[in-house]
Amino acid sequence: MKFGVIVFPGSNCDHDAYHVISKHVGQPVDFIWHRDTDLSSYDAVIIPGGFSYGDYLRAGALARFSPVMNSLKNYARDGGLVLGICNGFQILCEAGLLPGALIRNRDLHFICDHIFVRVDNAETPFTNELTRGAVLRLPIAHAEGNYVCDDATLEELQRDNRIVFRYCDNAGNITAESNPNGSRDNIAGICNHERNVLGLMPHPERACEDLLGSSDGRDIFRSLAATLAITA
Amino acid sequence: MKAKVYVNLKPGVLDPQGKAIHHSVELLGFAGISDVRQGKYFEIALDGTLGEEQARESVARLAREVLSNPIIEDYRVEIET
Repeated sequence: MKFGVIVFPGSNCDHDAYHVISKHVGQPVDFIWHRDTDLSSYDAVIIPGGFSYGDYLRAGALARFSPVMNSLKNYARDGGLVLGICNGFQILCEAGLLPGALIRNRDLHFICDHIFVRVDNAETPFTNELTRGAVLRLPIAHAEGNYVCDDATLEELQRDNRIVFRYCDNAGNITAESNPNGSRDNIAGICNHERNVLGLMPHPERACEDLLGSSDGRDIFRSLAATLAITA
Repeated sequence: MKAKVYVNLKPGVLDPQGKAIHHSVELLGFAGISDVRQGKYFEIALDGTLGEEQARESVARLAREVLSNPIIEDYRVEIET
C-alpha cells in the first residue's frame, strides 16, 4: 500500500504526515507536488495542513485551482481514499468534495490548543479501528475552523451519519463550552456520501507520539492502514 | 473599462470581524451605527476587447467561481466604462 501527501506552496504539515505514515504506519509514502497530476500509484492521498497560497482570498480557495486538484476529483470519484487535515479540510470544502465551508473562528483568534473530539461514526475507512463514542485528545491550530452549512446540508449529514468527529468535553459530552470555534453542531470532521473522503480540522498527525502530548491520532492512521490491508 | 466586484457574507452567516469592528466603533462613541459587516472589494482592469454585456457576464462568472464562495457569500458586479 502506498500513500501520497500533496504539497501546495504554503503547506506546512506535509512532513508531519509523511513522518507518521513512514514511521507509525510503516508504509511507503511520497510527496506529491501540486503541479503533478498522476495519482494512479497511490492507495490513499493526504492533503496536509498549512497555509496553501498564504490563505489568500479564502483559506483553501486558490489551492482548488492547482493542477493536482482535477486529478484528485477523479481519484475521489473512483473511490480513492482522501484525508484532508485542517487546511486540507478547507481545500476539500472549497473544491466541492465535501459540503459546507469553514469560516473565521467565532472568537476571531487563531486557536492553538488540545481539544477533545468524539467519534460519532466508526464505520468509515478512517475510523474503523475506533469505537463509536470514543473520545480523542487532538491538537487544533487554525483561525478558520468554524464549520458552516445550510439547514438542508446539516440534516443530510446527520441523516447519513456523515458527521465523523464532533468537539466534546473530556467525557464525550457535546457542549457549547467544548466547541472551540463556533462550528455548527460541534462539527470537527465530516465525510462524503461514499465515505472515501474525510476532512477534519484537528491534527491527528501531530498526535501520534506520547512525547507530543497525545498519541490518540494514531488510530485514525491505523484505521486507514487496516482498510487498505483488505482492499489494496 | 473597469469592473468592480463586491463580495459579502450572506445575511445570517456570522461575521466575527465585522462584530469586532462594530464593538470598537461603539467604544469610540460613534452614534447611530447599528451593525458592521466586513466584505471584500476587487478592482478588475478590462482591456476593452469585450463589450459591456460580455464583460459583465465574464466578470460575474469570475465572481461566482473564484472570488466568492457561494455557500457563504454573495457578490455584486459593477462595470465602469
